[in-house]
Amino acid sequence: MKNKDTSLFQKDLVNEALKQAFVKLNPKIMFRNPVMFTVEIGTAIMLVVSIWTLMGEKSQGSFAYNFTVFLVLLLTLLFANFAEGLAEARGKAQADSLRKTREETPAKLVIENKAGFSVSTRQVMSASMRKGDIFICEAGDNIATDGEIIEGLATIDESAITGESAPVIREAGGDKSSVTGGTKVLSDKIKVMVTTEPGESFLDKMIALVEGASRQKTPNEIALTILLAGFTLVFIIVCVTLKPFADHANTPITIAAFISLFVCLIPTTIGGLLSAIGIAGMDRALRANVITKSGKAVETAGDIDVLLLDKTGTITIGNRKATNFYAAKGVTDNHFIKCAVLSSIADETPEGKSILELANLNPSTYANLNNPTFIKFTAETRSSGVDFDETRIRKGAFDSIRNLTTKAGNKFPAEIEDRTKAISNNGGTPLVVSENEKVLGVIELQDIIKPGISERFERLRKMGVKTVMVTGDNPLTAKFIAEKAGVDDFIAEAKPEDKMNYIKREQESGKLVAMMGDGTNDAPALAQADVGVAMNSGTQAAKEAGNMVDLDNDPTKLIEIVEIGKQLLMTRGTLTTFSIANDVAKYFAIIPALFIAAIPALKGLNIMDLHSPESAILSAVIFNAIIIPILIPLALKGVAYKPIGASALLRRNLFIYGLGGVVIPFLGIKVIDLLVSIWL
Amino acid sequence: MNTEIFGIIAMFILTVAFAIPFGKYIAKVYAGEKTSLDPVFNPIEKLFFKIGGIDEKAEMNWKQHMFSMITINMVWFVLGMFVLMNQGWLPLNPDGNPGQSADLAFNTSISFVVNCNLQHYSGESGVSYLSQLFLMFLHFVTAGTGMAAAAVLFLALRERTTDKLGNFYNLMVKSCTRILLPLSIVVASILAFNGTPMTFEGKDTIINMQGDTVQVSTGPVAAFVAIKHLGTNGGGYYGANSAHPLENPNYLTNMTEMFSQMVIPIAMVFAFGFFLKRRKMGWMIFGVMTAGFLVLTIPTIMWENGGNHAITAMGIDNSAGAMEGKEVRLGSTASAFWSIATTVISTGSINSMHDSFTPLSGMTQLLGMMTNAFYGGVGAGMLNFFIFIILAVFISGLMVGRTPEFMGKKIEAREMKIAMIVALLHPFLILVGTALAAAFPSITSATLANPGFHGFTEMLYEYTSSSANNGSGFEGLGDNNPWWNISTGFVLILSRYIPIIGPIAIAGLLANKKYIPESAGTLKTDSSTFGIMILAVIVIITALSFFPALTLGPIAEYFTLR
Repeated sequence: MKNKDTSLFQKDLVNEALKQAFVKLNPKIMFRNPVMFTVEIGTAIMLVVSIWTLMGEKSQGSFAYNFTVFLVLLLTLLFANFAEGLAEARGKAQADSLRKTREETPAKLVIENKAGFSVSTRQVMSASMRKGDIFICEAGDNIATDGEIIEGLATIDESAITGESAPVIREAGGDKSSVTGGTKVLSDKIKVMVTTEPGESFLDKMIALVEGASRQKTPNEIALTILLAGFTLVFIIVCVTLKPFADHANTPITIAAFISLFVCLIPTTIGGLLSAIGIAGMDRALRANVITKSGKAVETAGDIDVLLLDKTGTITIGNRKATNFYAAKGVTDNHFIKCAVLSSIADETPEGKSILELANLNPSTYANLNNPTFIKFTAETRSSGVDFDETRIRKGAFDSIRNLTTKAGNKFPAEIEDRTKAISNNGGTPLVVSENEKVLGVIELQDIIKPGISERFERLRKMGVKTVMVTGDNPLTAKFIAEKAGVDDFIAEAKPEDKMNYIKREQESGKLVAMMGDGTNDAPALAQADVGVAMNSGTQAAKEAGNMVDLDNDPTKLIEIVEIGKQLLMTRGTLTTFSIANDVAKYFAIIPALFIAAIPALKGLNIMDLHSPESAILSAVIFNAIIIPILIPLALKGVAYKPIGASALLRRNLFIYGLGGVVIPFLGIKVIDLLVSIWL
Repeated sequence: MNTEIFGIIAMFILTVAFAIPFGKYIAKVYAGEKTSLDPVFNPIEKLFFKIGGIDEKAEMNWKQHMFSMITINMVWFVLGMFVLMNQGWLPLNPDGNPGQSADLAFNTSISFVVNCNLQHYSGESGVSYLSQLFLMFLHFVTAGTGMAAAAVLFLALRERTTDKLGNFYNLMVKSCTRILLPLSIVVASILAFNGTPMTFEGKDTIINMQGDTVQVSTGPVAAFVAIKHLGTNGGGYYGANSAHPLENPNYLTNMTEMFSQMVIPIAMVFAFGFFLKRRKMGWMIFGVMTAGFLVLTIPTIMWENGGNHAITAMGIDNSAGAMEGKEVRLGSTASAFWSIATTVISTGSINSMHDSFTPLSGMTQLLGMMTNAFYGGVGAGMLNFFIFIILAVFISGLMVGRTPEFMGKKIEAREMKIAMIVALLHPFLILVGTALAAAFPSITSATLANPGFHGFTEMLYEYTSSSANNGSGFEGLGDNNPWWNISTGFVLILSRYIPIIGPIAIAGLLANKKYIPESAGTLKTDSSTFGIMILAVIVIITALSFFPALTLGPIAEYFTLR
């Protein structure tokens, strides 16, 4: 089921996250996050100090004060754990709803396989099936597990996975042979070979990723962790050396003050939210119905420089459509259209159907064909048509019909030749119709460019992503459509190896390439691309080769994926900036508080005019703690990406999160101090 | 306009105006293009390389570069120890100065080899002429070392994938002969014509106006002082450094020496832009450095010209500014300007006593060394700044949603690790050094001239100066004893080589990576926005690391005196 509920704090998820907040206090788990681990050590020390003061120690301030500091630090840890727990719970809920579709399903396992459907089967449960097993599905059956059709054809309802209610056709051979567990066969019969071991399907992998069991840190995350660990180390040095400095100035500092200073200075905000941000990134991908095989793939998507898109289905709507009839000189429009229709009666291709649509004639009302023989399209003749009585109607490409007519000694009309050229130059495809080897006229087929697609390409261009259209069309047509749709480049008359070579060439010049594909012959290119998105309807080979699978089979999904990747990095970057910028205000809160008792002159540094040293320190740690839950929504939803160019984006984020990060804590700490001072 | 202010503005503008074409010339030298000095120096260099058995055409990778650097630096260090400890009986010692003690020789030799010149001795009595000449040699070659390292950085950041980064010895010798030596001859001549001694005679004797007989140390001072500034070394000929009337006789020599210490660090920034054909980047870096420099300089000049209100309160005319510890012939404005220039650039020469500045000026001097990247030392300044660029690129790259890249090369975990180590080293050495000194008052308190906050600042300054490879002293500190000689000696070694090796390692790793051409999504690293980002990173890292220490030193002193 699609779960598009984006409310962040659903009750059951919050409960689960709360539980996790405590479970994750386990130092073994905490150790993976160096920033929060040091906070945990500080919290433990404060607990000891609290007990010490309870036993009568006077030098460290009151028990209540020390214990409050301990509680606030504990809260800081719990908030950070809660953020991570919530992100995990959301991801898990999303994955679970997908997993529900693949609960135990009965399947008809083929005992001994041979061609045809009259083979003996026995009923087994899906969990017991292994890779290589073969089972049969009939109308009304749920498909038990992921597999590839090896025989037959069926209409399948994939709404359980994609949310799309229109049934799709899947058949053996070709690029639409893959079926997914949990979907339902609506008609016909297929024989399916299991392609994955239980627990190893893409969905299982994704669930494991979200649940954190196999979550590996991505390269950028590792680099950021190094930066944060570095900042933590700086502040360890600052705090440890402060002890002899203070002794030299004869200003004793309490342990609570030391720990508070340290915890406030280290980047706890980003440290506490870092893993939540990463999980939320994958969760967003999952919400977009994209299954990623690793977090790294999502991140890489944000860096994509070149995007390879298939023309059909991505840039243009489905297939070409007939848009005009042009009759030759001396041929009436009616006669030409009638013959065009006749040639297309048996034509099951979308182009053929569109000719009937355009003509808007019902062939059965006027055509009494005696023993019609329908000529199928072949690659050699490159034409199709119908023979009846003494009439031979042919419809085909310009050169094939010209061959046909000139061979029969008829002249190819000049105006039709001009017309076909004009159609080609306009990005259309001309189909010439002849009757008894005489040219009747030409049908214009046009590609219909998807509405809104050129705006999307414009958006990509602003992100710095170059779009490349891949098409089997001739260069002239391809160029026309490329210009009309606003793509930057195109590969015309593309063969599978052309894609591969294009990707390699771009990669050699240092660019990152993303592509989407479904067919087995796309597999090498999908593997070569830095981000390869396979369609769920595609072949198993394609799905294995790519690093993401799009459940919706939507070729424009790549655009969303790129934005998700960018959001992920931006959220990390802006929260890091915010976290570090916060330190300025915290210094101005804590440093005067540390020394003011021994060096009264330093009250000049107390620019926030905080109530007392204790209230100043408490306000700073409280601010430090509550900023984490306040930022959870931002961490989980991600910082909005705006394609306004890198420098403008940096200016914007530097202003909001950098300057904001300096100013906000001054206000926040002052407000908290006003509240805290009521009790002190 | 106030002539004192006008004097420093004119000097600064002149320096920049000269630095731009000179930067172009430096870029040419490192690119191996023909220069007009080739006919003079090529044969001499050829001879050097032949004797040394060096193939100056053999290109090195970054590791070989660093190996060569360490090797040749070790040779200089051992030679330095030998000369300083044995100067008593070696030739060229007309004044009969004795050999240095082992710990002092260790400190002196290290500090000159690392281009820092923390001087725990006084030139008049502590070294012979032979030692001065050897130290002058080190002035040249250690500046050349820093510049050669910067040249390796230039070579590594070109738009290509390679591990061939030129020849270290070639770059070092070229830095000396094509850049430092010609300028030194001009500057030394100006100094000599203005009264700075240039002789191998022993002490001179004069009878002053009071009728006392005074022994005046002389020697090859003019040559020494020229390269002391051009190489941003800062180690003076006399104990009083450029506050000494013979080392810095008048306002013109003061301007010349100011010009000399600023010109190559600034020119290196433009050279970076010219060499990589990214002039805008050069200007952006210059803009950031100048912004930082002015933020420190302007208030310092204001504070020093404002004088000390405690003295005004005593009824003494303070209108010339806070003149304690400053030279009347130079004035408070030129002294304040110099004090910041010499600390942001790692020269460390002084023309006034930093110990006597008003408390907050002491802080701006400290901040100049704590950032250590506003112009910075010859070569080393660019390398320090490069680390900040890497950090800024990383954070801002994430902020615009793209894996961070600089000059078309991706910044990844390994580069970040090295950058963090280098960025951490400076606060580590300063804070831990000062903390140890503060933790053992039984050893250190006797060496402090002042109690309390000012005494703390003296210790903080000593380690800051060492770690910034600056070499200036807050004076007042009795620093010639084993504690200070040995502890600062180790700080000097670490703070010289790690901040060179780190950036060069990063550059070497980047040079090896695939070059990614710019696209519309690439963050422009030569924009003013990115400049602001770098400045913010420098300010935040410095402020966060040193705020508590500064609070207990100059800030507490300022608030207490107010």
